[in-house]
Amino acid sequence: MSDSSPNALVKSKTFRRIKHFFVQIGDLSYFAGRFFKEVFSPPFEFRELLRQCYQMGVLSLFLVGLTGFIIGLVLTLQSRPTLIEFGAVSWMPNMVGISIVREIGPVITALICAGRIASGIGAELGSMRVTEQIDAMEVSGTNPFKYLVVTRILATTLMLPLLVVFGDLIALYGSALVENIKGNVSFQLYFNTVFDALNWGDLIPATIKSFFFGFVIGLVGCFKGYYSTKGTAGVGIAANTAVVMASLFLFIVDFIAVFVTDIFYEL
Amino acid sequence: MNSKHMEKTGIVATKETQNLESKTNGKAVIRIKDVCKSFGDNKVLNGFNMELYEGENVVVMGKSGSGKSVMIKCLVGLLAPDSGYIEVMGKEISTLDRQTLDELRSDIGFLFQGSALYDSMTVRENLEFPMRRHKEKLGYVSDTTSLVLEALENVGLAHTMDLMPTELSGGMKRRIALARTLILKPKIILYDEPTSGLDPITAKEIIELMRSIQNKYGTSSIIITHDVDCARVISERMILLVDGINYAEGTYAQLSVSKDPKVDAFFKK
Repeated sequence: MSDSSPNALVKSKTFRRIKHFFVQIGDLSYFAGRFFKEVFSPPFEFRELLRQCYQMGVLSLFLVGLTGFIIGLVLTLQSRPTLIEFGAVSWMPNMVGISIVREIGPVITALICAGRIASGIGAELGSMRVTEQIDAMEVSGTNPFKYLVVTRILATTLMLPLLVVFGDLIALYGSALVENIKGNVSFQLYFNTVFDALNWGDLIPATIKSFFFGFVIGLVGCFKGYYSTKGTAGVGIAANTAVVMASLFLFIVDFIAVFVTDIFYEL
Repeated sequence: MNSKHMEKTGIVATKETQNLESKTNGKAVIRIKDVCKSFGDNKVLNGFNMELYEGENVVVMGKSGSGKSVMIKCLVGLLAPDSGYIEVMGKEISTLDRQTLDELRSDIGFLFQGSALYDSMTVRENLEFPMRRHKEKLGYVSDTTSLVLEALENVGLAHTMDLMPTELSGGMKRRIALARTLILKPKIILYDEPTSGLDPITAKEIIELMRSIQNKYGTSSIIITHDVDCARVISERMILLVDGINYAEGTYAQLSVSKDPKVDAFFKK
């Protein structure tokens, strides 16, 4: 007979998991609060920030560019037959342009960065935690939160919008290439049509959303790595959960962003 | 000191202890009084007491998980004790703000068990890192090369300046970590198991290095170790940490002949 007393409920695995989830949310909120407290107080670690911007921005260009190119290419190739069927193939640049700039570009780039950057930060900080490098930093008089966490979160927040713009342009180029080969549409005509179709209501929310995506990726990666425990196994767990949690939060942020955008721009 | 236990172990007020006390009658650079620290239900420190005097080497021995590392982490503010009093160079740790604590930390070197060298930095950058926040103490030197070189020469590894930590052996990493500890010319050095994981020859070299550093700079040291040979060579005084308290205290010669089974267990080969 199963025990349904309140005590048994409190001891159950499901209850513990739910409790753990809310504790994690609470800890993450506190971590975010500490970031905002530390980001505005000196000393500022500009050199480390630049290094992180290079690591997270410049070194992600190839991956983001390649993914964007393939997305643009595939999206156009897959949509062509349907649009031809409805005699609407001339709307291709508009459709691809708007969908990439508004949604696909930011979300795909953020997911790629969650995989590359959040896991990287989680593993790096986790390994620094278990090998006492973070303690060594603290003892040497450097605030490790400021040096490791603030710089990384700032770098992802600043770099992600730039990566999104880069990814969008490459995706549009991929799409234009298909249209050029299959539909004899010149690159100039394609891009003119895309930019005519786009308005500020497409660009501004997407850019603002990208800042939040970058913040979430940096925050979750740092949070998981900074509080990593359980030795080397914990490093793997930190990297893994950083990607899962960051990806989940990206979709939540995206949902909120679309909801808010709808209020201001009536999508 | 826990006098009850000291009486129990029969290592109190011998002639040698009295001599030691007169020797250590100098200025205490570290005072720990009734420090308690728990992790959940696990009581790690349960009223630990000790003093470290200027120029003295004290070895703290204890079983794994007995709270030795926790104790020295409390000394530099990496962990906060649940209760008790910790004073380092006349300043009570728990009352210090971040800036004062960082200033105090520049006088305390900490050698971590696994060396804790920063993986993403070269040896030179590792050594320069502690200098970033303590330029005042070093006299605002613009070129740090000479300081880095001096620290590396002290540990006999001047040629490794541009290498990455991954290119170094375990013993070399430990020496570089020691050089990094020395770069700010600390008055106190805390060694967390300095010879663990090293082969006996390298361990002996590290012990010699620790001795030479103490002779050269006149530092006071707390050495956490399991290594009885290390304790024999380097200690002027030993403290055995058992059940969260300083169970026995004395010189190596005194403790090594103790009949108390808990003390004797440390010295059995």
